[in-house]
Amino acid sequence: MGVGIRGQDPRIQRYHAYANRIRPRPAVIRNAWWAFVVGGMISLLGQGITWGFQQVGLTENAAATPTSIVLVGLGALFTGLGWYDRIVKHGGMGGTLPITGFANAMVAPAMEFRAEGLIMGVGAKLFTLAGPVLVYGMATAFVMGAIRYALGIG
Amino acid sequence: MMIAEQIGEASYRTTEAYIAETAACVGPKEGEGPLGEYFDAVWRDEGVAHPSFERAEQAMLTQAQDTVLSKASRDWSEVDLVIGGDLMDQLIATDFVARRHQRPLLGVFSACASFAEALAAAAAMVRQPGPDTILVGASSHHLTAERQFRFPLELGYQRTPTASWTATAAGAVLVVARSTPVAIDAVTFGRVVDWGWKDANDMASAMAPAAVDTIQRHLGALGEKVDAYDAIVTGDLGAFGMKLAAHLADTEYDFDLGGKLEDCGHLLYDIERQDVHNGGSGAGCAAAVFSGYLYHNLRTGRWRRMLLAATGALFSPTSSQQGESIPAIAHAVTISWRGEQS
Repeated sequence: MGVGIRGQDPRIQRYHAYANRIRPRPAVIRNAWWAFVVGGMISLLGQGITWGFQQVGLTENAAATPTSIVLVGLGALFTGLGWYDRIVKHGGMGGTLPITGFANAMVAPAMEFRAEGLIMGVGAKLFTLAGPVLVYGMATAFVMGAIRYALGIG
Repeated sequence: MMIAEQIGEASYRTTEAYIAETAACVGPKEGEGPLGEYFDAVWRDEGVAHPSFERAEQAMLTQAQDTVLSKASRDWSEVDLVIGGDLMDQLIATDFVARRHQRPLLGVFSACASFAEALAAAAAMVRQPGPDTILVGASSHHLTAERQFRFPLELGYQRTPTASWTATAAGAVLVVARSTPVAIDAVTFGRVVDWGWKDANDMASAMAPAAVDTIQRHLGALGEKVDAYDAIVTGDLGAFGMKLAAHLADTEYDFDLGGKLEDCGHLLYDIERQDVHNGGSGAGCAAAVFSGYLYHNLRTGRWRRMLLAATGALFSPTSSQQGESIPAIAHAVTISWRGEQS
């Protein structure tokens, strides 16, 4: 009754079919609703901050940068206080995707790897999560920029 | 005298192995769970006063080891051998606590099955005149395991419903070659079973076939049926994995686990209230659940005979990222209550 490694053993196929059938699934509808609510509230907050900067005389474009800075600062602060993981626990991608989630992805490893020192700990691990975002964000920006340039829009 | 008689491909009857004492230390979440009262020590926090959580895990393992020796009125100098394991790379919990105790050490690793592996090895080795006193232990810590296997803590990514919660727990058992009320009767060393499951957030699917494989071979070697046992306790399959194991045993292996099946990861927490999704896991989970609750049931005679069949998912973050499937293993140990006649 040899135990196969992936082979053609029909028991394995029957087992996978059964496991896939009864495996508990994430509550997709509820998660999507909470992602919408949490992500929407963070966006609303960002919009409010932008309006605030416009009130003190910045144009809408000029207000974008300080708004991002404030949101990143808040995301970092909430991570440090141990609140942001609770926001994401309920909000899922609604908490991860906004720029506050980016701050969370930077600060969480910084806190986590303090014990390994400032160079090989915080320094080396700071971008473990944010790194892929930066790499592919910049790569996408480069490609989009090239397309705009080629089309003569840029 | 025959010490450990081979009765199957990897099964041995262990005629001289007894349990003198056990001890379990756990973190606050484990202490709040349904088994809280069975543990020797419940920490108030995860060990924040220690310089790192790795050191906290070492302190918890040391505490469990010291506690079992003091409960058995034994001294470290009487320990012939220490066998144990944990989840950390290079076993830095088990190995580093050995700096202090200075006893001969065998470090073992089979993830969440490390405790059962160590207990089985000890049972097969213990004898008169020696090694007649073997200290078995295992530990895990939620915060050290998360950062090694998954993500930083303050990063609040959502867990899937099949994910398990690594327990902050340590358990220690003193195995001796001198008659006590609780005996280790037989052990089966597991083999790697890999049915091609790849999702590291669902170790239950990978491990259930290993559990059933080992249980079947163990019962077969002993010529026993499930009803010879008061309980068959797997390690860290959780609620979902228990269903899979019961189904697999019933449909593919022709034995019915019936109402006898329990699981350390399922017992440790209140799954609904404590938000642990599929249940507990980690090398310390089976170690603490056995040393606390399961041993209590044997020691008090509530159970006459139980089978511990802890399972381990033998993947690493590297193998997982490289797309490898998850090999799993289960080791089985039959433990019985012999009454107070000793």
